[in-house]
Amino acid sequence: MNNFEPLIAVFSCHYCSYAAADLAGSSRIQYPPNIRVIKIPCTGRVSVNHILKALECGADGVYVAGCLEGTCHFISGNFKAKQRVQYAKNLLSEINMEPERVQMYFMSAAEGAKFANVAKEMTETIRELGPSPLGQNKSE
Amino acid sequence: METELRIGVFVCHCGINIAGVLDIEDLCEYAGTLPNVVTVQPNLFTCAETGTSGIKNAVKEHDLNRVVVAACTPRTHEPIFRASCQEAGINPYFFEMVNIREHCSWVHRHDREAAQGKARDLIRMAVARAMFLEPIETFKSKVEPRALVIGAGIAGMSSALALAGEGFDVTLLEKKAEMGGLLRDLHKVAPSEVGAGELVEQKVAAIKQEGRIQCFTSATLEEVSGYVGNYSATFSSNGNTHTHKVGAIIVATGGAPLKPMGLYNYDGKRVITQSELETKLKSGKLDAKSIVMIQCVGARIPERNYCSRICCMVAIKNSLHIKEIAKDAKVFVLYRDIQAYGVENEALFLKAKEAGVRFIRYNLESPPVVGDGNVEIYHPAMGKEVPLPAELVVLSTPIVAHDDAESVSRILKVPVNEYRFFLEAHAKLSPLDFATNGIYLCGNAHYPATVREAISQALGAASRASIILSHDAIERVGTVARVDQELCSSCFACVKVCPYQVPHMDEGGKAMIEPMQCQGCGICVAECPAEAIQFGYVSDAQIMAACEALCA
Ligand SMILES: Cc1cc2nc3c(=O)[nH]c(=O)nc-3n(C[C@H](O)[C@H](O)[C@H](O)COP(=O)(O)OP(=O)(O)OC[C@H]3O[C@@H](n4cnc5c(N)ncnc54)[C@H](O)[C@@H]3O)c2cc1C
Ligand code: SF4
Ligand code: SF4
Ligand code: SF4
Repeated sequence: MNNFEPLIAVFSCHYCSYAAADLAGSSRIQYPPNIRVIKIPCTGRVSVNHILKALECGADGVYVAGCLEGTCHFISGNFKAKQRVQYAKNLLSEINMEPERVQMYFMSAAEGAKFANVAKEMTETIRELGPSPLGQNKSE
Repeated sequence: METELRIGVFVCHCGINIAGVLDIEDLCEYAGTLPNVVTVQPNLFTCAETGTSGIKNAVKEHDLNRVVVAACTPRTHEPIFRASCQEAGINPYFFEMVNIREHCSWVHRHDREAAQGKARDLIRMAVARAMFLEPIETFKSKVEPRALVIGAGIAGMSSALALAGEGFDVTLLEKKAEMGGLLRDLHKVAPSEVGAGELVEQKVAAIKQEGRIQCFTSATLEEVSGYVGNYSATFSSNGNTHTHKVGAIIVATGGAPLKPMGLYNYDGKRVITQSELETKLKSGKLDAKSIVMIQCVGARIPERNYCSRICCMVAIKNSLHIKEIAKDAKVFVLYRDIQAYGVENEALFLKAKEAGVRFIRYNLESPPVVGDGNVEIYHPAMGKEVPLPAELVVLSTPIVAHDDAESVSRILKVPVNEYRFFLEAHAKLSPLDFATNGIYLCGNAHYPATVREAISQALGAASRASIILSHDAIERVGTVARVDQELCSSCFACVKVCPYQVPHMDEGGKAMIEPMQCQGCGICVAECPAEAIQFGYVSDAQIMAACEALCA
């Protein structure tokens, strides 16, 4: 349990959070290596099914990272994503899984440091929660 | 018959940027063990000529039908590799890129072991996703070589003339009975001293002479449908309804100075606005010998928290004109901050001070009080309230959006901001474009501007529009959503969720997405309960495959 390394899937939108991740990289901001980014055009592309699928396939946590509220490249995609993330959280609660395993974050393309901080924050949160009860991640 | 998947993986050193942290040899070896991978090649710099020709050769030699590049960010390099795929004869969308530089080697420099593991995972996920890539074709749609310009102020007229000059037909709509906009009633245009009326008349004459411009006055825009290159605009003018097909649209609807009802005893006689002062100046009917101007009336206050940018310049200009008519006239300008940006306005400001115009600052907390024949103001230098003689009080009010701005915004499906000024797609990257392709903006419709700024923007918008209009047809990559009507249950979910109002129900009651209008966000795809919307660019199968490959 001590050396549990969380595996975290990140749905990252092309215009903001993926760009923020790129900026974190070019600024050489170091963050925990626990996240795996899945690029999508807009966070509005992510369905509840995708989030659940990631959990089912071994992610201990999942987060959707979109543009700042009010600045979505596709106007309202991040707003939709926020609703779907909330829906997924409710589903987890219903099956007695910690809803904190699924989160929504907002950041601009210029916020490389925020991307890194979010990765760190989420890694810590999941590290504290421990491995997902769905138990696919064999890295313990 | 499905052809066999043959995937090639190319792993980039990026000099030491990647190879300095990750073991490229190990990554290549690992990639070689993944399903359907038939060749793996390391490159020192994949984006260099040797790298891209390496990809092209490998496609031919190994008969590859999918290409995966593990390197830097797709946001900059994807187009290069897609082009290589195309040149090698496979669809450019049979390409997947995975970022092991920005997202791995650069950010996990101190934990090489974990970074190596992560890079393997990322490559595995990319290969898994690559198996479900779909070919994407480009398609063409023809362009109507005519523009619609809404608003015939200085901005709209300038755009229309510029477009006509380039050989395009223009439909110019003006809400009022006459063209000209705000300038029609103004005195002289600072800083050039040109008569505003003359400027307008020149443009109006040019428009009337220009056979390509059809101007409709007393016009109301009623409906706009279609998409870039192919809009259809319906409007009424003097009792008749017309529909014109246009390829591009320019919004130049301007704004209006705020009427300061209930502020500083405004009565339109002794207390007037700058516009009303200009009418007096124009007709030579100004006889007051003591004038107090109050700046920021109804501007930069909590309810209207913006600076109108031009009213300081206008007050400075008009105070100078008053001084020209009557050297001994007393002119006071009560201001909060002076917005005299740019070389010319600053020079005008100095000139006004030299001519004896007095500038006195006031705070929002202790505003001037307009009394009978005077204006009381707290004078910071004297440290007390002083009465200033004022036969005439002139209020500088901000430009505000027209009441019908929202209606225009709804008809065109383009946004306005909280003050109902039209909102560009990006303040820096596309200042004259709306997010919707083929619609542009200029002048006061966007934000209070000087004549010079309004004209520059108008010429810019015309040039943006002519990029579309100059093509016979526009090509569009098919990274768009498509409804499989057999599966559609007519639930309207896509219709409601699309931020661009693209999906609609066809005659058969099934959803339809016009590919030319779809922006490719995929929001409707995730919303459709019947999974009836196909999105080959980023399909469910691809996302699910990446999830399944999260763990080895
Ligand atoms: C008092 C005053 C003094 C000024 N002095 C100066 C100066 O000295 N120097 C300077 O550089 N600038 C000056 N300006 C600013 C100048 O007036 C503006 O820069 C200029 O008018 C902007 O032009 P425009 O075409 O964008 O807008 P407008 O002049 O407002 O024209 C917009 C046109 O669109 C029409 N319209 C609106 N809605 C619709 C619709 N829905 N359908 C069809 N048509 C519509 C309007 O009727 C109008 O004709 C002054 C402004 C004021 C108020
Ligand atoms: S331009 Fe001057 S008067 Fe107008 S809102 Fe700005 S500061 Fe106030
Ligand atoms: S959301 Fe799906 S099922 Fe509903 S109308 Fe649109 S395409 Fe049809
Ligand atoms: S993909 Fe986006 S733009 Fe296209 S129809 Fe769906 S929601 Fe609208």
